[in-house]
Amino acid sequence: MTAITTSWGSLVKSGRDQHTVLIPLLLVALAACAAISIATGAVAIDLASLPHILLGSEQASARDTVIVWSVRLPRTLLAMLVGAALAASGAILQGLFRNPLADPGLVGVSSGSVLAAVCTIVIGQNMFDANATRFLPVTAFIGGLLATVLLYTIATRNGRTYTATMLLGGVAISAIAMALTGVLIFMSTEQQLREFTFWSLGSLAGATWEKAASVALFMVVALGLWPLLARSLDRLALGEAEAGHMGVNVQVLKRAAIVATALLTGAAVSVSGAIGFIGLVVPHLLRLVMSPRHRFLVPAAALLGANLLLVADMIARTIVAPAELPVGIVTACFGGPVFLWMLLTNVRQLES
Amino acid sequence: MMQKHNAAVFQLSRRNVLLGSLALLGAPTASLAGTITDAGKISVSVAAPKRIVTIGSAVTEIVFALGERSKVVAIDLTSIYVDGAEGLTNVGYMRALSTEGVLAQAPDLMCVSSDSGPPEVLDALRASGIPFALIPHVPTIEGIKTKVSLLGALLDKVSEAEKLNAEIDAGFVTLAAKISTLKQRPKVLFVLSLADNRIVAGGTDTAADMIIQLAGGENIAASFKGYKPMSAEAILASPPDAVLMMMSGPGSHDTGEVFSQTAFANSPAAKNGAFIKMSSAYLLGLGPRTPQAATELARKLHPDLAL
Repeated sequence: MTAITTSWGSLVKSGRDQHTVLIPLLLVALAACAAISIATGAVAIDLASLPHILLGSEQASARDTVIVWSVRLPRTLLAMLVGAALAASGAILQGLFRNPLADPGLVGVSSGSVLAAVCTIVIGQNMFDANATRFLPVTAFIGGLLATVLLYTIATRNGRTYTATMLLGGVAISAIAMALTGVLIFMSTEQQLREFTFWSLGSLAGATWEKAASVALFMVVALGLWPLLARSLDRLALGEAEAGHMGVNVQVLKRAAIVATALLTGAAVSVSGAIGFIGLVVPHLLRLVMSPRHRFLVPAAALLGANLLLVADMIARTIVAPAELPVGIVTACFGGPVFLWMLLTNVRQLES
Repeated sequence: MMQKHNAAVFQLSRRNVLLGSLALLGAPTASLAGTITDAGKISVSVAAPKRIVTIGSAVTEIVFALGERSKVVAIDLTSIYVDGAEGLTNVGYMRALSTEGVLAQAPDLMCVSSDSGPPEVLDALRASGIPFALIPHVPTIEGIKTKVSLLGALLDKVSEAEKLNAEIDAGFVTLAAKISTLKQRPKVLFVLSLADNRIVAGGTDTAADMIIQLAGGENIAASFKGYKPMSAEAILASPPDAVLMMMSGPGSHDTGEVFSQTAFANSPAAKNGAFIKMSSAYLLGLGPRTPQAATELARKLHPDLAL
């Protein structure tokens, strides 16, 4: 990954230390976005009354307290966590596969989660309980993890994981999962179909403190793995054999990176449905302006992902208020064109 | 949280029946609370609501029919074609509700059909402390009547609800009596959509199937469940005497267009021009107007029958 200079990149100071500016900048932006997110929504809440509500003073109205404490705060937190998880796993996977097109969808996590979700909605409701959808987050998470384990097993022979097999195997597993999803959709009732459609478009509408806490838990686990991964991923950029000669245990690295991304994406998908483009676009945007060293790239990606999903969710829940748009539509509307723009502006580097 | 919405175990509390009869005797009504046990088996009480949000077309229709239209401030997307719903705020599709969107209407009562979602939003709405009644959705005649009695008890309109249920019963009884005299049942196909020659038909376990049966027709798509694509061959093998569709604004199909399809071209329906279009909420809403809708459909299916 050579340093890419663009008109945008030159705006930020060149050299190796862009992260010293960028990361604090992203933190400030995130704090600002979070504040705006808590202050805006379908219900007009007076800015002056916000401190009362947040501090639990008696002057706050009961309705406003519910809206801020059980709707906006958990939702803001969840948007940040999910955005961070998706973008960080995108950055790790692009490093692992040394392929700029890698995103969490590629290792089968997303398709496995989607299949598990539709199983829960269609089979679960028919066989067990009308309320089976309450277990959707858990089953989606397990489905994502199972798909990744399966893919990993397919791509590993004699103790070595083949990256190319894994990429192509991911495509095959996604195709199989899609086919099974299609069969289940055909079997579904009108209501189940609607339920699945909305789930697959991605939404943070069902945000609760419990969901935010569960994603946060997986973030902590993945962050724990993080320092072990960063330098090795940088060395991997030179090639697998080269990294091996530099003392990287490539097999352990691959396993750790896959576990970290499967946990992060699985947790994100399970609470919010399939939200696209964050994992793909964010690392690309960042590599335009900062060094591709993973030690800083991944945290920066997490921060930018959190910012982007938070803004996207604010748009999703206010633009058609009192109804709301699935947030996956917003991220795709923004992500698709941005990705194209990046492709076209960098076309020379990509073709060389 | 394993509540069975469909089980629909509920009873009107004795207190409520008592209060309802007190209201009839001219006791002060403002302080009286309507109390019901809702589909989530939770007791819901409300005193003289002034700002009601209704979610689900049947719920909306029943609240209107009980004479409370003026107190409804917002409805959901499925309710917008209910007569009298013009001008009310629409809070979006019933399965993709937004907690804040609903609470932004400043409701003092939320009447929500139990097939709404997502479940977390329903939980959050209930947690808001504003009276929240989950009305059981069971797609049967009994299910419709249960909705009416529950909403009647909740809105302190017990006698109106009883009257409405009596009308619903009478409508179905009259229709069933006429239908039972039929010697032959016409074959009917409900077509949900007809895009690009692909016919999506209504099989068993659908509101369309229920209304076809009620109107004395035979559903030719009874070999599958739900709304599914049906092959032209299957339709040719069992040609319909009438084709039923929803009226759905622009893009809805006309007789010529439907009967030019290979599947229908030589059917008795095409020969007799038997193409029936009815408004979606009326035809499939499973609400208090269902007996009328079924009777109207029966009139079109059996022109010789005096209905």
